Amino acid sequence: MSLSVRLQHDLPDISLDINFEAPPGVTVLFGRSGAGKTTVVNAVAGLLRPSAGRVAIDDWELFDTDHGLWLPPHKRRLGYIFQEGRLFPHLTVRQNLFFGRWFAPRRARRESPEKVIEMLGVGHLLDRRPAGLSGGEKQRIAIGRALLASPRLILADEPLAALDDARKSEILPYFERLRDEVSVPILYVTHSAAEVARLATSVVALQDGKAVRHGPASEVLADPSVAPAGVRAVGAVLQVRVAKHHEDGLTELDAGGTSLFLPRIPHQIGASLRIRIPAQEVILSSKRPEGLSALNMLEGTVETIRAGEGPGAIVSIKTKAGSVLARITRRSVASLGLEPGRVCYAVIKTVALAPQDVGGRLGNY
Amino acid sequence: MGWLGPEELEALKLSLRVSFWATLVTLPIGIFVAYALARWRFPGRQVLNGLVHLPLILPPVVTGYLLLITFGIQGPLGRLLAEFGIVVAFRWTGAALAAGIMAFPLMVRAIRLSIEAVDPKLEQAGATLGASRPLVFATVTLPMILPGVIAGAILAFAKAMGEFGATITFVSNIPGQTQTLPSAVYAFLQVPGGEAAATRLVVISIVIAMGALLLSEFIGRRVASRVAGS
Repeated sequence: MSLSVRLQHDLPDISLDINFEAPPGVTVLFGRSGAGKTTVVNAVAGLLRPSAGRVAIDDWELFDTDHGLWLPPHKRRLGYIFQEGRLFPHLTVRQNLFFGRWFAPRRARRESPEKVIEMLGVGHLLDRRPAGLSGGEKQRIAIGRALLASPRLILADEPLAALDDARKSEILPYFERLRDEVSVPILYVTHSAAEVARLATSVVALQDGKAVRHGPASEVLADPSVAPAGVRAVGAVLQVRVAKHHEDGLTELDAGGTSLFLPRIPHQIGASLRIRIPAQEVILSSKRPEGLSALNMLEGTVETIRAGEGPGAIVSIKTKAGSVLARITRRSVASLGLEPGRVCYAVIKTVALAPQDVGGRLGNY
Repeated sequence: MGWLGPEELEALKLSLRVSFWATLVTLPIGIFVAYALARWRFPGRQVLNGLVHLPLILPPVVTGYLLLITFGIQGPLGRLLAEFGIVVAFRWTGAALAAGIMAFPLMVRAIRLSIEAVDPKLEQAGATLGASRPLVFATVTLPMILPGVIAGAILAFAKAMGEFGATITFVSNIPGQTQTLPSAVYAFLQVPGGEAAATRLVVISIVIAMGALLLSEFIGRRVASRVAGS
C-alpha cells in the first residue's frame, strides 16, 4: 500500500505546499516544530480541512478538493497515535483498546486482540483506568488502540516527544515491531534524528511548509541543510549485525566485514540492526592512527566534502561498512589535504555510540 | 402521610409530577442546546444564549404572561396545539411547561460547563477511530459530562418544585389541577387559620430542596471520580 499526499494550505505563519508519495513501510515527516508536520497529518486524518489537495491510499481517495470529495475522519479507517496519547479517561484499558474495533467493519478486522495485547505487553493492565498508568504504558495502549481499529494507515504524531529518554527507548522497539510485523503503512512525525535513523523506510524533510528532501533515511540525515537541529543532527546510518557480546561490557558489531564496538546492547547475536553515527562524534585522520584509545577505526576514501557557511564541513567517507559522515573544520580539511578519492581513517569513540541510536528487534522477544 | 391534609397531599403529588415531567422533557433539549452553545459557532449563537437565559432574569410574572398569550386558549401556539387535542392552559401540563422553561437556564448552564471541560481532542480521537459524530457523543462526550447532566437535572427539578410566579400567572391556582406546592402555600396564607398547613408545606419544600442539593453533590462526586478514572 502506498500513500500519496498533495496539500496546499495557509497557516498563520507559513503556507503549506507539499507533494509526496510514501512507499510501504514507515514514512517519516521530519522537520523542526512549526514546519507544518502536524498540519499534514491532521489533513490526512480529516481533522483539518486544507484549502486544496488530494490524499489517497493506493486508489482509495480520502479527499480531493478538485472533485469536491471529502471523507469525514470516521470513514477514513486510520489509526492515529497522538503525542499525548489521548486515551479515554472514563474507559478501562480494555475498553480503550477495543474502542476502534467496535466501529471497524467486521470483515476488516485483521489484528487479533490477543496478539496485539501480547506484542505490547499490556495484558496485566486491561482492567485498570488510564489515569493510573505511566506515560510509557499509556502510549503502548494508544498504539494498541490504533492498531486494533484495523486501519489502512497508521498516523503517529511525535508519539515519543512527551516521554523521557528511558520511556522513549521503551516505546521505540514497539514501532519497529509495527514496521516489521504489521503490513500497514505508517506516517510518522518527528524532529528526532535518532527516531528517523531507527524507523524510517523513507523520509520527507519539511521546512517552512515545503518538502525540501525526500528519500532514504541515510541520504536525508546526511544533509545538514534539512536537519531540524542543524548540523548536530547530521549522521550516517549503517546496517550492522551483532557479532559478539564481550565480557568487558562491550558488544561487537559486524559492519560489512569490519568490527565496531559499542557499550553492551541487549540484542541477540546475529540480529540485524541499524546504527546511527552522529557526524560530530567522528574524527578523521589522513594516516592510520596509532596509540589511540578509540576502538572503532574505519578505513575509507573521501566521497564528498560539503562546506557550510560557518567554519565547519561535512566529509563523507566511503568505507566497507557504508558511508560515514564526519563533521570537522574547514581548516582541518585543508591541513589534512582531504579531497574526493583520498584515503583516510574515520575514528569513532566507543561510548559515542548511544543505545538510543541503535535500532532493531530486542533479543528477549 | 396522615399528618398532611388531602389538599396539601394533592399539591405535593402534583408538584412532584409537574417537576418530574418538566425535567424529563427538557433534559434532552437542554443537553442539545448546551452542546450547541459550547461547541458550535453559528450565526445567532448569542441570541440563542440570551433566549435561554431570559427566564432567569425576567420577572417570572412576565414569563408567565408571555406563556399565557402564546400558549393560552386564544394564543397562536395554544390554538395550534388544540388542533391536535393538546390543551395546556389551566392544566397541570401547562404548569409543567412553565416550570420547565423557568428551570431551563439552570440546567443548560450546568451541562454547558461540563461540556466545556471535555477536551475536544478526545472527541477527535474518537472520530479517527471510526466513530461518527453521534457515536462519539454517545461513547465519549456523554459519559464524561454525566456528572454535569445529573447535577443539572437535579437542580432543574428543585427549581421546578419551587416555581411560583410564572405558573400562577399562566395556569392560575386551581386545587387538584394547577395548585403546586408553592401555590398551595400562597393559598393557605390567604385564608385565616391556614398557617399550620402552610408551615407543613414549607418544611416539605425545604426538605426537598436540601435533599436535591445533597443528592446532586453526592452523585456528581461519585460519577466524577469514576469518569476521572482513579
